[in-house]
Amino acid sequence: MKALTLLALFALQATAAPQDEFPRAADGHPDFSGVWQTITTAHWNLEPHIAAPGGVPALGAQFAVAPGLGVVVGDRIPYKPEALAQRDTNFANRLTADPETNCYLGGVPRSTYMPYPLQIFQSSDIVSIAYQYATGLRRIDIGGTYEAPLDSWMGWSNAKWEGDTLVVEVTGFNGQTWLDRAGNYASAAAKVTERYTPLSPNHIQYEATIEDPSVYTEAWSIRMPLYRIVDDNYRLLEFKCEPFAEEKLYGHLRKPAE
Amino acid sequence: MSFAPVHNFRLTTLIASVMLASAAHAQQPRTAWGEPDLAGAYSEFTLAPLERPVELGTKEFFTAQEAREYQQRVLEEADQDDETVAGTQEDVHYDMGTFSLSANEGRTSENFRTSIITTPANGRIPPLTEAALTRQKARNAIRAGHEFDGPEMRSLSERCVVWTSTLPPILPGGYNSNLQIFQSPGYVVIQGEMGDPRIIPTDGKPLPDKLLPQWNGTSAGRWEGDTLVVQTAGFHPNAAWRNASEHMKVTERITRVDADTLEYQFQVEDPTTWAEPWGGVYPLTDLDGILFEYACTEGNYGMANILSGQRALEREAAAKVQP
Repeated sequence: MKALTLLALFALQATAAPQDEFPRAADGHPDFSGVWQTITTAHWNLEPHIAAPGGVPALGAQFAVAPGLGVVVGDRIPYKPEALAQRDTNFANRLTADPETNCYLGGVPRSTYMPYPLQIFQSSDIVSIAYQYATGLRRIDIGGTYEAPLDSWMGWSNAKWEGDTLVVEVTGFNGQTWLDRAGNYASAAAKVTERYTPLSPNHIQYEATIEDPSVYTEAWSIRMPLYRIVDDNYRLLEFKCEPFAEEKLYGHLRKPAE
Repeated sequence: MSFAPVHNFRLTTLIASVMLASAAHAQQPRTAWGEPDLAGAYSEFTLAPLERPVELGTKEFFTAQEAREYQQRVLEEADQDDETVAGTQEDVHYDMGTFSLSANEGRTSENFRTSIITTPANGRIPPLTEAALTRQKARNAIRAGHEFDGPEMRSLSERCVVWTSTLPPILPGGYNSNLQIFQSPGYVVIQGEMGDPRIIPTDGKPLPDKLLPQWNGTSAGRWEGDTLVVQTAGFHPNAAWRNASEHMKVTERITRVDADTLEYQFQVEDPTTWAEPWGGVYPLTDLDGILFEYACTEGNYGMANILSGQRALEREAAAKVQP
């Protein structure tokens, strides 16, 4: 009887094995290809926060801030005093100053946890990520040692494998991106180190460490899972938001009604 | 501006290369998972114009001598574009040479074709149908006299929505005519430098029956031998690529010809716009580099300047009328 049970267990394991393991690429590394999305309120605020009105009274409970336990390791971002003051100014001006309101590219790591899916395409030497938000795109060179020729919104990404973890170093930012809708920010000098690690067949542990001595007293990290979108026939649709921001950006330059 | 003679003549013409394609099959670089490797960054620059000059009739190819003469003429003309006169619009807009934007700065593959368009046989875009002309007139009527009223009245490219050159089919535009291709098992991603990533599944599944309108359409791909065949439909009605309707269908065929070159073939059909399908072919040349981020709306000073300039003109005009 005991042998029979064992046998049954083996059989179960044998058939279930492919679903129990994170997919592997032809080169043996984890294959992160797929459509992923976070389930957090980190896009509202990386730090722990309670529910709050969204800032546009006319919208009522719609687009109000959903509560969240936060994704910062240790809860608080270690701002220098003057940088904390800047964050608070950003927060006060968030309805007009947040680059998201202008449909500007999300930057890294913010693009990861905005409330939109992303799709990863992995080959042996390049990982590219297409973000639905603002149709953003990143090229990540595995083993690359490229230096950013110029500052950019999405930064310049080089990666290496550490075991099953894809470690991506991102530099060359322009300092104009924010980290969330609460005004948290980094400067152009920021170095972001992302770590993508298989967690279960349909989950990636995503971690990003941000070093920026001009803004923080020490390096700090965020951590959250990416969830695989498993819907049949799912495909990434366009979120081309440029037209949505035109009234905000150029409305004051319209021809006045006669 | 310095003349950059990067048009290295190779011994084989494109036709010869295509004929050799079966022989080259063995050397076709493959991805780790066995598909033809098309990944890289490529220049779309080619000396052939989109449409064939009428006087060339159905002459599809130049002779080697004609091609050299034609190339020299085109590059000399492009070179003259680089010399701008201080204080002119050209001088303050783009000095095409400075930013490697002009035709003689980009990398190109040899191309003996007299035009990119190969179908129909005259190498020219078929005339617009009555229905398309009616749509065009209706669109123009909305803008007439209101071209500078607000952002919606400006072109899609000025608005950073989409560029005609990066929508499928991809055609060389005025500048930044580069694209990059990424691959993963079952997917090819194509992004024109100024455009959006087009995500193309290559599992051979047909396009879904019901398509939501998308600016770049929805694409379905499959491998035919070593050729990537992509069908795209479901365009946004306002995309109106060359006055096409949202019913336009595009077929693209991308094949590696040699280590440095992909062949890009395309055909468009939309009976409500053109009486017959049309299409063409041109080479994509490896850039030997990587593309930089094109953040359009983030730096769109042009839109604000166009509108505020017009408002200033209107204020001036109003001040003149009032005593």
